[in-house]
Amino acid sequence: MRSFAFHRPTTLYEMSALLGGVADSMPLAGGMTLLPTIKQRLAAPAALIDLSKIPQLSGISAQADVLTVGAMTRHVDVAESELARSKIPLLASLAAGIGDPAVRNRGTIGGSVANNDPSADYPAAVLALDAMVVTDRREIAADAFFRGLFETALDPGEIITALRFPVPSAGGYAKFKSPASRYAVVGVCVAKKAGKVRVAVTGAGPGVFRVAAMEAALERTFTPEAIAAIKLDAENLSSDIHADAEYRAHLVTVMAKKAVMSALQTS
Amino acid sequence: MSNVIGIGAAPRRKEDFRFLTGRGNYVADIKRVDMTFGVFIRSQHGHAVIRGIDKVPALALPGVHAVLTGDDVAADGLGSLPCGWGIHGSDGLPMKEPPFPMLAQGKVRFVGDMVAFVIADTLELARAAAEAVVIDYEVLPSVVGVLEAVRPGAPQLFDDVPNNLCCDWELGDKVAVATAFKKAAHVARLSLVNNRLIGNPMEPRAAVAESNGGTGHYTLWTTSQFPHVVRFLMSALVLKIPEQKMRVVAPDVGGGFGVKQFHYGEEAVITWAAKRVGRPIKWVADRSEGFISDRHGRDHVTEAELALDQNGKFLALKVVTLANMGGYLSTFGPNIPTNLYGPLLSGVYTTPAIYCNVKVVFTNTVPVDAYRGAGRPEATFVVERLVDVAAKEMGIDRVELRRRNIIAKESYPYQTPVLVEYDSGDPMGCLEGALAEADVAGFAERKAASERDGKFRGLGYSTYVEACGLAPSRFAGRLGARGGLYESATVRVHPTGQVTVLIGTHNHGQGHETTFAQIVSEKLGVAFDNVDIVFGDTDRVQFGMGTYGSRSLVVGGAALSKASDKVVLKGKKIAAHLLEASEHDIQFEAGVFSVAGTDRSKTFQEIAGAAYVPHDYPLEILEPGLEEQAYYDPVNFTYPGGCHIAEVEIDPETGIVALEKYTAVDDVGTVINPMIVEGQLHGGIVQGVGQALYENAVYDDVSGQLLSGSFMDYTMPRADHLPNMTIKTHSTLCTHTPMGVKGCGEVGTIGSPAAVINSVVDALSHLGVLHVDMPATPNRIWRIIQNATMPLAAE
Repeated sequence: MRSFAFHRPTTLYEMSALLGGVADSMPLAGGMTLLPTIKQRLAAPAALIDLSKIPQLSGISAQADVLTVGAMTRHVDVAESELARSKIPLLASLAAGIGDPAVRNRGTIGGSVANNDPSADYPAAVLALDAMVVTDRREIAADAFFRGLFETALDPGEIITALRFPVPSAGGYAKFKSPASRYAVVGVCVAKKAGKVRVAVTGAGPGVFRVAAMEAALERTFTPEAIAAIKLDAENLSSDIHADAEYRAHLVTVMAKKAVMSALQTS
Repeated sequence: MSNVIGIGAAPRRKEDFRFLTGRGNYVADIKRVDMTFGVFIRSQHGHAVIRGIDKVPALALPGVHAVLTGDDVAADGLGSLPCGWGIHGSDGLPMKEPPFPMLAQGKVRFVGDMVAFVIADTLELARAAAEAVVIDYEVLPSVVGVLEAVRPGAPQLFDDVPNNLCCDWELGDKVAVATAFKKAAHVARLSLVNNRLIGNPMEPRAAVAESNGGTGHYTLWTTSQFPHVVRFLMSALVLKIPEQKMRVVAPDVGGGFGVKQFHYGEEAVITWAAKRVGRPIKWVADRSEGFISDRHGRDHVTEAELALDQNGKFLALKVVTLANMGGYLSTFGPNIPTNLYGPLLSGVYTTPAIYCNVKVVFTNTVPVDAYRGAGRPEATFVVERLVDVAAKEMGIDRVELRRRNIIAKESYPYQTPVLVEYDSGDPMGCLEGALAEADVAGFAERKAASERDGKFRGLGYSTYVEACGLAPSRFAGRLGARGGLYESATVRVHPTGQVTVLIGTHNHGQGHETTFAQIVSEKLGVAFDNVDIVFGDTDRVQFGMGTYGSRSLVVGGAALSKASDKVVLKGKKIAAHLLEASEHDIQFEAGVFSVAGTDRSKTFQEIAGAAYVPHDYPLEILEPGLEEQAYYDPVNFTYPGGCHIAEVEIDPETGIVALEKYTAVDDVGTVINPMIVEGQLHGGIVQGVGQALYENAVYDDVSGQLLSGSFMDYTMPRADHLPNMTIKTHSTLCTHTPMGVKGCGEVGTIGSPAAVINSVVDALSHLGVLHVDMPATPNRIWRIIQNATMPLAAE
């Protein structure tokens, strides 16, 4: 790890000034990916801009049928939030299943969504719940936000400030976690709202994606059986030492059924 | 006497206070004046020629003291890393033993092979300098698997090792086995893989070295399980330093599992470099470095056949194994898949004829050496899997087949056809005990309940034996050991009667400071708190072979027992003088020397005082002082074993195997501290479960890259993977160790992989499944179920 400058702004204005003004700087959220990368000398920013002390970036609130989660809200805070549990139970249970307690005590929703790790849990929820990604510059719909392996619609220096989740009428998340890393080998999030169903899959491919066939079937009948026969083509799925592509394709159906079951139980 | 805590008691561990309060002293905690920091540059290629190394840009950086390479090693005329075992092939010729240079010379042979050592004022400067060293490689094709490595045309690691074959070793009676197979009513056959494992002790390896220019002395602090052996190998064979000028200290060490029982190149390089730069140097491996440089374990490919008569009696066993050695021969490397494997193939059975052939093979992978169990888990897995296959094929109940072949308690001592003679044991007693503890009678009901949930449930047995307490030196010498395998202990009684023990074993988690203190407390009648155990420093402890192979209590404890007996013997002479009685009339019990049949007595403390203040003392016939030393060389191995029963539930939809129940009934001989024994078994079983269900070191077969090179991809067993276990002992006493002890450090790891996989296969048996390779990952299980249930394709 090389030495670097450390800035800790307390206002969004100060943050923007630092991000724009300090050469070769990187924003630091929970640091769950960035810090190991720096320690392994794979990244060597000249400065880190720590976002943890900007009050507007943290916290959970609800207005009408929208749950807003500040970007710097930690996983543990979402998992334990009464508001999140009552409005969107799947979001709280998803957060409770990320990594391990150490990760949940540091990792943040904004950091996870901005990083867009292909095995991260939150991108599936953001996509399935048709959330709005709010940045310091604009609002980006989930369908336009994720662009494959670690790629998003964020411009350089653009910071996520909050996620706005429309409250679904029913929703569930099920993941098959890697016994080693506890990341999703396959994670499926299913959400139903106003007759429309969205199914988002993480872990299985190079980035989070939707499954139109499952969505259509679930819009007709919202039961696990409705999608039991829908199998993804393994061709575009990931393959590694833990799970080959065919197995991942199979797991997508299994996890999707579990997610629907969970949605039916919690709605 | 008060506060005696003796054999059979379960006091809390003495050593835990310093560990739990953060006051341990590990190598990484050591700081020396003017200390510098070292970083190893390791090969990023599985196989490559080093065309050139440009140190200039690194040496130009501030604070950089040296960049040392294989050329510097050669220029200084240093030796290569020695192998402690020299085995012979079936042709009578010695194994191929290419040099293992401490820094690569001309070629790298695995990802992680050491190419250069960079020393700078700080760790950051050393890392920056390491990045500035330019190495020009000519990348060669790699070969990582044993089957591929022996094929014609495979990449060759060494010019003078054709087909990468280090040794073609055999054991047993090939003719008798062939004859028996001709008479067999049934032959069970099995091909299996014993997966490669990485030990991953909690504390990574580390070393600090310094040299004293005034006296010519060197000190090396290292994370070692055997500091005296490191001193001997390194000073005599590698660095050519006079042995009396070399001090090796292994202070608190955070786990070993075998990974730290080898002489590593890092130890030799840092000691040599400390002299070159004239400053102390520290090196601490990070976890990623550990994955590609700690010696790996297992990695066998095996074909095995068991011949049976029509009643299921075993007639003969034939085993052919290819064992991966990695890129070089590590300290014990070639011994593990041969001498610690073949002699265990009789298991607990009366198999009259056994033949074993092991091809020891070099590949472009981390060198393979001993890992908890070392050879014996591999042997147990072959035998116990094959017994289940035979039972299934012959339609005989698995337990019944074992009963028909198990060595009866009355038949001990039992000479196997593969060198070893079991002194004692009661495998049938362990089996019966485990059947009761595991509630096997209730299994059918539990299986039916699982089926109602759409799950498959299975039960698996492993009745096994191992050989430990390494080792009888003369016997080991015949097998190829190049050193002795005895142990030494000194019991130093102070004038106060308090005791310091200096012992050659090394405690890195096993609880020796407690167990050994209990032995002394019992033997001398001294308070448990008045006994301290010292180990791990060649300047304090006389000599020792260290801790591995479940030998510390069996061999070290025996030396300690003998030394304690000598103390009592001398105490009796002193007491006889003070009590004006014949030495033969002096009794010693519970810390008191007394004249038989009288009330005249002296306490142990009084005798110690007299020995150090010899005013009234038989100086004409007896030296003052009360300190005794013993070396103990065992007459045989010890043979702990037992029966393990695993019960799993499989979710056919995901392939996940859940270990639901685990029962172990083991014969470990005399139990000194039941709490520590249970802890050793528990931890050992978890490591075996890890091999069976989770752990797997995987290499890319094209590039030679380690794909499972971090905890993100190498699955360690975790608490939530495991049920509460039932762990019991059913001991028979070892007939040749002083206290009847047999050792318990490895039994858990040896018995458990077979029990778990047998339960997995049982759960899938209705699908016609006869074998599942380790680890039984969800993907692998799902694939097996898919293949078994897929309708046959219509052609």
